[in-house]
Formats: sequence, structure tokens, C-alpha cells
Amino acid sequence: MDWIKILSAVFIVAMLVFLWPRVGQMIRESRKGTINEWLWVGLLLLAVAAFVVFLMQSMHSTVL
Amino acid sequence: MSLQNSTVSPRSESLLATNQLIRNTYLMLSLTLIFSAAMAGVSMWMNLPPMISLIAMFGSMALIWFVLPRTARSGAGLVTVFAITGLMGLGLGPTINYYLHLEGGDQIVMTALGGTGAIFLALSAYALISRRDFSFMGGFLMVGMIVVLLAMLGNLFFHLPALSMALSGAVILLMSGFILFDTSRMVNSGEDNYLMMTVSLYLSIFNIFVSLLNILGASRD
Repeated sequence: MDWIKILSAVFIVAMLVFLWPRVGQMIRESRKGTINEWLWVGLLLLAVAAFVVFLMQSMHSTVL
Repeated sequence: MSLQNSTVSPRSESLLATNQLIRNTYLMLSLTLIFSAAMAGVSMWMNLPPMISLIAMFGSMALIWFVLPRTARSGAGLVTVFAITGLMGLGLGPTINYYLHLEGGDQIVMTALGGTGAIFLALSAYALISRRDFSFMGGFLMVGMIVVLLAMLGNLFFHLPALSMALSGAVILLMSGFILFDTSRMVNSGEDNYLMMTVSLYLSIFNIFVSLLNILGASRD
């Protein structure tokens, strides 16, 4: 295993150690969203996903 | 002049503070993006090795975790924010160089750049104009971050290209969620420090750009 992989693993573990205590705090402090609010978020993220697929398709079609 | 005309109500005072926070954050974000791009240009011109990316990431994360929280409310906070974004730009240079050396690499980089800009502007504008409160997403986004980081750690050892692409897609969606969450925090007065907001939005933009590069580079193959 090369040094870049080892350092990347150390970096990710450090991020996990740092973020872990904040997860519980965020879950406790976040208010509960309604079904309608989650639906809106889902729609927006779906639009982002569709846009990324469009970019991938346009990249692929220029190669062909 | 009547007293009513010369005083500012608490509501309009809070609105003024919110508008100022939004203006300062976007101004600072623009400046840091320009600075970061310049540092990436320097790094590309010097043809720095890929190891620089990791060293720069360690440096910038150390600044975000240990220095920024202590300096965010002072003048030193400005220097810290530029140091963070400059380091991240420097670390981005070798990655951009790698994609530029692929066939049609300039198109990959430009598409990723345009795509990142479009995603950020659309989501941020939506959160600003609709003034919806996305604060309920906090816990979900943090859990998502942990899951993605664990999967990334696993993929360092298994090296599955399909998982790498799926993770890039997940990062784009997560960071899009963070853009909605952070912009809504500004609008609904959850946060009052423009330096913290700038770094938060910068990290989302940075991660979307890197993930788009990964996805577009892979989809070309």
C-alpha cells in the first residue's frame, strides 16, 4: 500500500473522529421535517441528479 | 420628524442584519473562489506532485477545526479563511492537471466547472428566494456524511470503480443538501457569522467540483 492511500485513510479517520460528536448534537437539535418538506428536498435533489446525468450524457455523446 | 419615522423596528433590524450577512457571505465567497482558483493555477503551473493535495487537505482541515472557530469573530478570521481556501486551491492543482492530461480533459474540467456553478447558483437562489427553512436536514446530512466517509474508507482498500462513482454521486447530493441547509441558515438567522458561512459554502462547492470531475472523467471512459 502506498503512502497516499495510508495518508488518505488517516485523513478520513480524522474526519470521522471530528464529526462523530457533532452527529448526535445535530440530530438532537434539528427539528423534525414534515412529509411535504422532505418531498420538496427530494424533488430538488432529484433535479440535481438529473442535471448530473445530463452532463454525463453530453460528455459521453461528444466522445462518440 | 416623528419618532415613528426615526426608529427602526426589531423586525426590520433583523432583516437588515440578514441582508448584510448574505451580502458579506457572497462577497467573501466570490473573493475566496477567485483566490482559490489563482492558487490552483499556481499549483498547476508548478506541476506540484499529487502528495501536495493530501498535505494541503490536512493543513486546511486543521485550520477549519482548530483555528477558524477561535478567530471567526476577529480580523484574523479573514486571514484564516483565505489560508484555508488558498491551501485547498493549491491542493486542487494536481487533480486538475491529471484531468487536463486525459483526452478531452479540458472539456471535462470546463463542464465540471460550469456544472458546479449551475448547481450552486440554482440551489442557493431557490433557498434565498423561497425563504424555506431547511434546518430539519441537519441530522440527515451529518449521518449521510458519516456513511459516505465510511464507504470512502472501505473503497480505499477495495478500489471498486463503480463504488467510487456512486460515492461521487452521493457527495454531490449531500453537498447540494448542505447548500440548501446553509443558505437557509443565513436567511432564517440561524447563523450570524459570515466567515463560517463562507467556509461552509466553499466546502460544498469544492466537493461538488471534485466529485463532478470524478464522475465526468469516468463517464468519458
